[in-house]
Amino acid sequence: MSEMRYEAPKTVEAAVALLAGASGTLRVLAGGTDLLVQMKSGRVDPTLVVDVKGIPEMTTIAVENGGFRFGAAVPAMTLHEHAAFSKAWPGLTEAAMLIGSYQIKGRASVGGNLCNASPAADSVPALIAAGATATIAGPNGRREVKVEDIATGPGKTSLGKGEIVVSFFLPARPAHSGDAYLRFIPRTEMDIAVVGAGINLTLDASGKCTAARVCIGAVAERALLVPDAAKALVGTTVDAAAIEKMGAACSAAAKPIDDKRGTKVYRTKVCGVMAKRAAAIALNRAKGAN
Amino acid sequence: MAKQHVMTTINDNAVEFLCDMHQTMLDVLRDELHMMGTKEGCGTGDCGACTINVNGRMACSCLMLGAEAQGKTITTVEGIAQSDKLHTLQRKFIEHAALQCGICTPGMLVAAKTLLDKNKNPTEEEVRYWLAGNLCRCTGYNAIVTAVLDAAKEMRGA
Amino acid sequence: MSAVVSEKKLKVVGTSPDRPEGVPKVTGQAQYGADWTLPGMLWGKILRSPHAHARIRKIDTSKALKLPGVKAVVTGADFPEQKFEYVGAARVALNFWHITRNVMAKEKALFEGHPVAAVAAASPLIAAEALKLIEVDYEVLPHVIDVEEAMKDNAPLLFEDMIPRGYTPEATKPSNISKRVDFKIGDVDAAFAQADEVIEAHFKTAPVHQGYLETHACLVRTDADGQAECWSSSQGHFAVRNLTAKITGTKVADLRCHAAEIGGGFGGKTVVYVEPVALMLSKKSGHPVKIQMNREEVFKATGPTSGASMTIKIGVMRDGKIVAAEGIFKYQAGAFPGSPVMNGCMCSFAPYDIANVRTTGYDVVCNRPKTVAYRAPGSPISAFAAESALDMAAKKIGMDPIDFRLKNIAKPGTPTVFGTKLAFNGFAETLQALKAHPAYANPPKGKNQGRGVAAGYWFNGGGESSATVSVNEDGTAVVCTGSPDIGGSRATTAQMAAETLGIEYERVRPIIADTNSVGFTQTTGGSRVTFATGMTVINACNKVIEEMCKRAAKIWKIEPENVVWEDGSARPAGKRAGEFPPLSFREIASKRTATGGPITAAASINAEGQAPGFTAQFADVEVDPETGLVKILRYVAAQDVGRAIHPKYCEGQIHGGVVQGIGWALNEEYIYDKNGRMENAGFLDYRMPVASDLPMIEAVIVEVPNPNHPYGVKGVAEANIVPPMAAIANAVQNATGKRINELPLSPPRVLAALDS
Repeated sequence: MSEMRYEAPKTVEAAVALLAGASGTLRVLAGGTDLLVQMKSGRVDPTLVVDVKGIPEMTTIAVENGGFRFGAAVPAMTLHEHAAFSKAWPGLTEAAMLIGSYQIKGRASVGGNLCNASPAADSVPALIAAGATATIAGPNGRREVKVEDIATGPGKTSLGKGEIVVSFFLPARPAHSGDAYLRFIPRTEMDIAVVGAGINLTLDASGKCTAARVCIGAVAERALLVPDAAKALVGTTVDAAAIEKMGAACSAAAKPIDDKRGTKVYRTKVCGVMAKRAAAIALNRAKGAN
Repeated sequence: MAKQHVMTTINDNAVEFLCDMHQTMLDVLRDELHMMGTKEGCGTGDCGACTINVNGRMACSCLMLGAEAQGKTITTVEGIAQSDKLHTLQRKFIEHAALQCGICTPGMLVAAKTLLDKNKNPTEEEVRYWLAGNLCRCTGYNAIVTAVLDAAKEMRGA
Repeated sequence: MSAVVSEKKLKVVGTSPDRPEGVPKVTGQAQYGADWTLPGMLWGKILRSPHAHARIRKIDTSKALKLPGVKAVVTGADFPEQKFEYVGAARVALNFWHITRNVMAKEKALFEGHPVAAVAAASPLIAAEALKLIEVDYEVLPHVIDVEEAMKDNAPLLFEDMIPRGYTPEATKPSNISKRVDFKIGDVDAAFAQADEVIEAHFKTAPVHQGYLETHACLVRTDADGQAECWSSSQGHFAVRNLTAKITGTKVADLRCHAAEIGGGFGGKTVVYVEPVALMLSKKSGHPVKIQMNREEVFKATGPTSGASMTIKIGVMRDGKIVAAEGIFKYQAGAFPGSPVMNGCMCSFAPYDIANVRTTGYDVVCNRPKTVAYRAPGSPISAFAAESALDMAAKKIGMDPIDFRLKNIAKPGTPTVFGTKLAFNGFAETLQALKAHPAYANPPKGKNQGRGVAAGYWFNGGGESSATVSVNEDGTAVVCTGSPDIGGSRATTAQMAAETLGIEYERVRPIIADTNSVGFTQTTGGSRVTFATGMTVINACNKVIEEMCKRAAKIWKIEPENVVWEDGSARPAGKRAGEFPPLSFREIASKRTATGGPITAAASINAEGQAPGFTAQFADVEVDPETGLVKILRYVAAQDVGRAIHPKYCEGQIHGGVVQGIGWALNEEYIYDKNGRMENAGFLDYRMPVASDLPMIEAVIVEVPNPNHPYGVKGVAEANIVPPMAAIANAVQNATGKRINELPLSPPRVLAALDS
């Protein structure tokens, strides 16, 4: 086990300086609910751990340009308890609230969920479906990227040396919009998603779908945005036939593996089932039910 | 290895300790502070036996570094009773036989107290979901859920 | 001069007082296995094989020993060799050649997680570093995980010289089959030929872990003269003492074992893993040594109970009478012989009156952790097969599943396949109680919903127990037993003591004495403690009463034979009746010194006359046709407990056993990769039920007292886990029309069946 330094900087710049200036195995600590498990099992042996929970802009939720910006280290519970946020983005909030037990949700963050880069991360398909962007800070300043461009494969991200995800931005919500996320697990709680599906859609005044994003999880190396699934909804009233077609598009796009949590056959079918059920919820929400 | 000096508050007492950087809060409680009430069931955040309350939120102490305790306010099972007076939840757990072996009980009590601090009148379903992160292999959860609901009722004065 | 026990007068037995150790448990003060420390204590850690099967060519510990802070290293070579022989009754036979190798490998590592060396160091971190410095030279061998694969002629052999036992003529070729057992009554083949309908089906179950929340832990100290002391979490500290003494070459009298509070056992803490290792490390280092397993170690190297492959055949007449039954049971033993297959053979059809039965069992080693007892060991596995097949038979002839079982239920005098005749009532009463439950008349009617019924049998146990009862001058009594309390036995023994002595429950303080402070007591298991230890406590209390009567006689200056004990007081009787006012327990206790000194009594027993446990249960389920998820809507379990000493704890045992069975039915299993390494060695992917998975389990206590126990105890802890797997599979069949004969009924398996 390596000698490990623990730092708790107060600013993003200080955190970036620590990470950019150090060598060895470096890790950012937000909720720690993945990192500590990895450290204890010996999978990760960090030489520097940078705790970002003391950085205000990484731990607050704010209204920005009619949308929301929330810090990458905001715990799931804080999103859930934020009345305006959880009302605007119930699907994303619920996805974040599926991360582990209440003990875990009180610490685990969406930023950590994303950067841990598990293909089964619950908040990620919902975040991608929501069209969220992330602000990344690094030694060369800040950049804004689409969330779908961050995780690249199991345990891998596109972040460069010294870079951290600071916050997420969710654009202002058009009228008649709704999002939803559902996952399948064998128990009612505590499992990792076997499959997950996040949907975000907008209707016009007549009830016709004008925009949709569909993202499925745990069926590929990373969360998959499924344009064909979105296409199946846009221009329809999200009726049963459209939902059926959308689900089929999800199953067609899935490229799952057999593992201890599910089979290829199972995941292919059930990701479509979850997408269809999530679409029905998102539709209801877009129509004004919450 | 150099140790970290940490100042924190545990069960209303100011506490300072030195910890190795790799030590979790659970390790610190048990091995440094000799507070053995908090139990380790899995070490991976999947059983809830090590649940403590940190600044009003419950957490698995096995997934928190000891160093993170700096400046926090922490409650463990040892801090639930007021001197020799048991908390209502503790009484109800005994009365309803909500414990058999008792190894999950410290975590269950901290979790249940955190729930009742926020929600004075939870439904059975809310209690079951709130406690989903606290495994119990003895009771089938019947008596635990009953005890929490009954404690809530008594605490509401109903 | 004996206690007058009249059923009507029971005051404490049958009530549900608070548990004596409740307050320490809710305040965090109770001391479990890992909660003991001593000055100068070292931390022990165990190096485990990463291979499922490998020859150990060489172990080099020199680098580890040089690491600062490391005080001792042990390997298999440090443990004395044991004789290869099976000792004890066939159902529970031990072979110390195997046991010592399970604690620490010698020639071969036989499963992933098999201990190969251990270190003691000044901190857990140093001990963990030291393990990395131990160099083990392995020759990796082909491995076998599945029981059917292990039985094949060309299977890799765990023991190259193991000749299967139980064959006629005797087997001559080495095999992974350790033993074949068979039981038979009647003429099975002729009966099948006459049956109106014959059901035959094949079943598989996955091995499941006991899943206790407390990992194995102990603290051991040794003295230079060979004495040693051990605090550990176990179901039997006498068993810990005897096994550890034998494995380490310590004299039994020199090893004093204390029962720590136990954080769940369910059968899994009836053997030793860490205690002999800690003792050897302590001996070598001269320091106390603590070892605490982590959860991964618990999954990979302790428990579980067997997975099995089974075939059941049932012959039934159109009127519902079962005329023939056959079961072939192949149980995984894990890395060393000793699965509970014999129990499976004995229990599978035991609740029923079937004239012609044949059961055959195979005990098969494979490269998995050695199986250990798990709640009614062996019975739930064979019952899954037998009770599923019974459901198929009831359907075939169109009978209600409870009526079908009632028609065939065993009664006093019914012969069993294992030779004895059933001597007790209770089975039919339990089925009737389940049928009378208000919900039984209202089966679920929703879409994709269904109900399943199953029953379960368990022997229950008697055996050796000891107790000491001491009376104090304030009229309180201390009851010492040698039974670790895993299910509320301190409360129930205190209740029986209070009832017998005629004093309040609150005036009895029950404790679990260490191995040097009370007589030998067998392990807490087999649902034996309330029966056997309860009986010895009652006997000790009766001796106390006898002494109390003598003291009263002395105070009154009358003949002892003219004193009786009633309602907690000595009374003059016979020709002295009415001469003096009664003397209470407390009054006599206070005059102890003047009347002859300490009042204390010890009793030991090898209890016989235990009565079997029986339970009948139904499950209502709903199956999601698109995901295969099975939701338990309602679960009702009726169980004959004899008399319920503490009804609330009886209910708690039923709730707990049923929920363990639900986990077994739905999700729990061991998943191995192609290298024989366990992929789900944690609570994340070994999916035990969580609170939100379940409804309130409804327990119905049936009380048909055991005439062989002063208060009618039969036992309650185990039978309840026997039926849930079959009850749920039967319910899924009713809900979906698909019968699934392999556990667990996990969503992928159920969906595959629905889509087939």
